[in-house]
Amino acid sequence: MRLALRDITKRFGSLVANDHISLTVEPGEIHCLLGENGAGKSTLMNVLYGLYQADEGDILIDDEPQHFKGPGDAMAAGIGMVHQHFMLIPVFTVAENVMLGHETTGFAGSLDLDAARRRVREISDRFGFQVDPDALVEDLPVGVQQRVEIIKALSRDAEVLVFDEPTAVLTPQETDELMAIMRQLKESGTGIVFITHKLREVREVADRITVIRRGTVVGEASPEASNAELAALMVGRPVELKVHKDPAQPGERALVVSDLTVADETGHVHIDGISFHIDAGEILAVAGVQGNGQTELTEAMVGLAPHVEGSIKLDGREIVGRSVRKALEAGIGFIPEDRQIEGLVSNFTIAENLMLNRSYDKPFVSRGSLNLKKLDTFAKEKLAEYDVRAPGVSTLAGQLSGGNQQKVVVARELSRDLRLLVAAQPTRGVDVGSIEFIHKQIVAARDSGVPVLVVSSELDEISALADRIMVLYRGRVVGIVPADTSRDTLGLMMAGESPEGSES
Amino acid sequence: MSTVDLPVNSEAPAVAERIPGLWKTPGVMAAFTVLVALLVLIRPRSGDSTFRWSRDGDWFTIPDISLPANGIVWTAVALCLLCTAYAAWNARAGRKTPLVLVSAFAVLAVSGFMSWAVAGKTLPVVGLLAGALALAVPLVFGALGGVLGERAGVVNIAIDGQLLFGAFGAAIAASLTGSPWVGLIAAMIAGMLVALLLGLFAITYWVEQVIVGVVLNVLVIGFTSFMFSQVLSENSAALNNPPHFPRLEIWVLSGIPVIGPIFFRQTVLVYMMYVAVFLVAWALYRSKWGLRVRAVGEHPKAADTVGINVIATRYRTVLLAGAIAGIGGATYTLVSVPSFGREMTGGAGYIALAAVIFGKWDPIKATLAALLFGFASNVESVLSVIGSPVPSQFMLMLPYVVTIFAVAGLVGNSRAPAADGVPYRKG
Repeated sequence: MRLALRDITKRFGSLVANDHISLTVEPGEIHCLLGENGAGKSTLMNVLYGLYQADEGDILIDDEPQHFKGPGDAMAAGIGMVHQHFMLIPVFTVAENVMLGHETTGFAGSLDLDAARRRVREISDRFGFQVDPDALVEDLPVGVQQRVEIIKALSRDAEVLVFDEPTAVLTPQETDELMAIMRQLKESGTGIVFITHKLREVREVADRITVIRRGTVVGEASPEASNAELAALMVGRPVELKVHKDPAQPGERALVVSDLTVADETGHVHIDGISFHIDAGEILAVAGVQGNGQTELTEAMVGLAPHVEGSIKLDGREIVGRSVRKALEAGIGFIPEDRQIEGLVSNFTIAENLMLNRSYDKPFVSRGSLNLKKLDTFAKEKLAEYDVRAPGVSTLAGQLSGGNQQKVVVARELSRDLRLLVAAQPTRGVDVGSIEFIHKQIVAARDSGVPVLVVSSELDEISALADRIMVLYRGRVVGIVPADTSRDTLGLMMAGESPEGSES
Repeated sequence: MSTVDLPVNSEAPAVAERIPGLWKTPGVMAAFTVLVALLVLIRPRSGDSTFRWSRDGDWFTIPDISLPANGIVWTAVALCLLCTAYAAWNARAGRKTPLVLVSAFAVLAVSGFMSWAVAGKTLPVVGLLAGALALAVPLVFGALGGVLGERAGVVNIAIDGQLLFGAFGAAIAASLTGSPWVGLIAAMIAGMLVALLLGLFAITYWVEQVIVGVVLNVLVIGFTSFMFSQVLSENSAALNNPPHFPRLEIWVLSGIPVIGPIFFRQTVLVYMMYVAVFLVAWALYRSKWGLRVRAVGEHPKAADTVGINVIATRYRTVLLAGAIAGIGGATYTLVSVPSFGREMTGGAGYIALAAVIFGKWDPIKATLAALLFGFASNVESVLSVIGSPVPSQFMLMLPYVVTIFAVAGLVGNSRAPAADGVPYRKG
């Protein structure tokens, strides 16, 4: 089945999300759609999938124009989609999720669950997935849930599969497995549209690459193109992928963590007696598969974790047992891992968000009332300084793109005199241009003598920023290694194997 | 996470005693045991309590059982203590109290209380239970309507309005045509009308659903009260004089002692209730329709992406739920009471709503909860007829006290459908 999009245009009010985009996907081909967040990739795919109707242009299957009124029509035509946020019902079993919408039925509309189970097993076997058709989806790890999404699409005989940012939620290992699955699908003749902004993945699997910027196709690239070429196409200007940083000039021992243990309300121990230190002017990057205690570690640093034992000393003063406010006053800046939940109040303006960590005292509050003028001036300065693309300081934070939201958080945390910066997943879901900017800011903070703790699930980011790398596994430190440690070694450490020659 | 072993938090927790609410059930049981014991300590009763098990028309007669009241109560208290102790031992070991134990305890505590209350008199056990079933009918239909609506993602606070409007519609239609069957159909239509308003505001206009529900209840109360005083009472012979469904004895089955008179000497609405409970439970879990309804209530966007029309599914389900609740309303004017009266449901819709939550959004469990509430109401009326030492005002509270205890104390960790009360907005 040959799929072609011809001159698709989609407008939302005055915003043109897709401007005459054309694209073809041949059977057995992986066609990458590369573009920054907000470039219009997802809109285009939602048009293809019938969730949106195009204002202009046609969708052609084997040169026949199609008119999709809803996802049902698109699926009937052989288009399947693996959504970025999985479209699975958590309390249903795998089989129920797979059959939903095209159920095989017996007497009086009764469900034929056996048929669905057989279908799941048959497709799992074909691709070597190990998926139990009777497992509840909510009990499955994210990587397996994604396979259920793939099974769901394949069970409807999809001939073209759309993967929308499929690796955003995956660990490096799961990502590699997904790449293998995509190649396998391709060999069986399925056409694949792979939407992403991660360059490494594109070069690994793509047969053809179409780059989109601000709703228009800006060019096709070959998979042999270099990262720098692709990034430049995507962003529209040359981008520094490797953060330029001078060797660290470590100063005094600023942060000393010893025998730190963090448990949650139910008594699970997430951080199990770890010790490390960071010097002034040094970046310690924490690597590890998500869920090995990173979240709890950063929360303990700012006083958000409920049950903490051991000691965290910043400039010789104890932090454990102090309130969040005391931690802030001690000079800790905190970039939380989820900006939507912990980083920003999305119904507040940019200006209001910028003063969240200084809501009780000068310079923005005096005698119980807000100094709006001062806040306005400050916010305008930060908007310019941090290159936040927004109509103005009174724009609601929730209306910004991911990258700009993250810049607001970074601007807020870095605009105080810091003694320690804790950055959890500082560039998750952020476009290439903003990643470059945020990395520069973190390095600048280091160069000004601030000790920095960076937590990231992206090995590229760890290698780019770290002066030393600490690997966490099951709440314990596997080892602390130099920044130039190879990817393979780090991968092994993330699986819990201690390397030779590491400190601690 | 597929190649790497699962992280720390998947290790088996050794923290059983920290599971919240584990001690709640033994605590409630202990409190009730003490209450029953206090009754006999403070006011010991003399004489025998007689329990009557038979009715005319049974195949054979089970003789009445007479036992000394105090003896039964103390035996019940002793057994209750045993149950409580076992529950406490379970909780210490980190296990939940089994439902069988809770049920056994409830039966024991209730028997103790009843023998204390009827000392020196005769308690018609069969009449008590048959009456409980009849009183529970509107609650069961209301709860089924509630379960359906919420499973599709629409919170239905308007059950009371649907019951009341159903009762009103049934009274007028049956009076005008002289047929209770026409009344029944009118009740279903009336329930659907309220449901249509609910759907319009909740599904199409995204209004906060709890508020819409409450407003609809008030609207129906206002409308029916107005019509009652302005139209029905002027013309009550023609408009508010509905014929009733006769009692229908099921051949053979109705002669079984105890079971027959309770379950098979009822009106056709009760038999419809059996069918409705079974049908709703089967359809919700075993049919294509039910899978889609549940999908729409859990994750409407996911349902949309597999080609299910979320809005239409929700409308259809809410309308069906309204029709079912309407049948419950018909019970009032076509079975229980001679004619329609102002606010005659007495908040039964809210009790049905409590049954939905107590029953964890499951049709069978919600039905059992509704039966429990029906039983509590009938204990009150039976005891006031026999004459009991408890002040009648206090007994009137019983159904509501049971509701509060049940919902607040015993529900445990129930989970509503994920998209319950959340309107679906496309895009």
